[in-house]
Amino acid sequence: MQVRRVVISGMGSISPFGRGVETLVESLFDMKSAVVNVPALNDLGGLRPRVAALVPYIDPKEIPRKFRRSMSPMSVFATLACQEALGQSSPPVEYFTNGRMGIIIGSTVGSPIVTEEFFRGFLASHSTEGMRATTFFQIMNHSCASNVAQTLGINGRILAPSSACSTSCQAIGYGFEMIAFGKQDMMLCGGADEFHPLSSAIFDIMSAASVAYNDAPHLTPRPFDLNRDGVVCSEGSGIVLLESLDSAKMRGAPILAEIVGYATRTDTSNIADPNSDSMEACIRDALQDAGINADRIDYVNAHATGTIQGDIAEAAALNRVFGDNVPVSSLKGHLGHTMAACGALETIASIAMIGKGAIVPTLNLETIDPLCANIRHVRSVEHLSVQTLVKNNFALGGVNTSIVIRRYEHD
Amino acid sequence: MTDQEIMTLIDTTLVNEFELNIDDMAAEASLKDDLGLDSLDRVDMVIVLEKAFGFKMGEEEAIKAIRTLGDIHAFVISKKQQMH
Repeated sequence: MQVRRVVISGMGSISPFGRGVETLVESLFDMKSAVVNVPALNDLGGLRPRVAALVPYIDPKEIPRKFRRSMSPMSVFATLACQEALGQSSPPVEYFTNGRMGIIIGSTVGSPIVTEEFFRGFLASHSTEGMRATTFFQIMNHSCASNVAQTLGINGRILAPSSACSTSCQAIGYGFEMIAFGKQDMMLCGGADEFHPLSSAIFDIMSAASVAYNDAPHLTPRPFDLNRDGVVCSEGSGIVLLESLDSAKMRGAPILAEIVGYATRTDTSNIADPNSDSMEACIRDALQDAGINADRIDYVNAHATGTIQGDIAEAAALNRVFGDNVPVSSLKGHLGHTMAACGALETIASIAMIGKGAIVPTLNLETIDPLCANIRHVRSVEHLSVQTLVKNNFALGGVNTSIVIRRYEHD
Repeated sequence: MTDQEIMTLIDTTLVNEFELNIDDMAAEASLKDDLGLDSLDRVDMVIVLEKAFGFKMGEEEAIKAIRTLGDIHAFVISKKQQMH
């Protein structure tokens, strides 16, 4: 089987910094924090975190009612991010309907906001009376993918991976493979999630949510920092348009970067605890898939969410693969943890770093944890020509993912 | 409620729910072809009208035969009369 080269020809972002890739990248380089105090979190008994990073208000009515009626906020985010990616890439209209453009967009769960609304009524009445026909379409796990497909009229393959923090990294990886193997020519890939207090609660219950900076939200999360205390939940959507290199060149599409390797592995040592051996194996698999040695990597965009265990495990894995010379940074300090969107948003930001020839440092990394000091941290904006980078995401449930991305050298 | 008040309440309820233009709410308007309401919308239409008028109508056979806005007007007016 002939394997085709796969490039990124469009990117779209809805992030806690607002709409658009440009806003995302500028905010990251400006070292802004999107994390704020969220008063609504006071209303949930037992919950300790009071901080989150939320997408600024978007009027969903810019999406026609016919399509919006089956959308919760996460589908609105995904649809708008897809529109931005498609706007940048401008594929011909026939791609939408010839079965050769597909969609892989996942979320951690179906809409938690609509699920709560539904069960409020259902548990009070124990009746199906008054249930709306459109509720299911907002709650189903493939809501984002289906809503994007319906709204944009894209009729190729559709898939909705759900692996929490690894969701959109897996989406990109599987899209890469489908195009490489000739099954599709273009794939809109990424993830989306909407914030709900229970997202914070999940991490709080496991003692993995940040609670010590409720009065100074911009100081958390703190990836790799000695004084980190956990995850800050966030929301948004990141989408990349993958395309075969041949297709992109033929139609003169913008080529922003090339995907050259992907790996995903299951960590069976524990459903919750990160494991550096498994992370290392995943990274090495991705490098092998790309056919390159570790010494060819110029930058690693870490998953590093600011949890005690996760950051130490990732640093150990990175040290064993790359030593202590490859620049590493995490974007969670700026964005919080956008969950299913994080892999794609961080991929987008990493590609922007290739374009700018500069690396975004880790925000809130003031005192490096000695247990994370075995890698080279990016502490301030570094001007560096990045040819090839690794993007990691490691999820609860033991889902590890790594992507290898390379600068595309135009002919 | 007068028949006119019933018709007005139906029209405004549907305009608000389905973001329709009040000027399009003619009795002869087809729910599907003129107002763009599909099968999912018809389910939610019954729900919002039940809420607006305070009685059940979803299980009525007559609801399946409704094609136009005028059919809804007549159906609800008839139901209201039966209840008195």
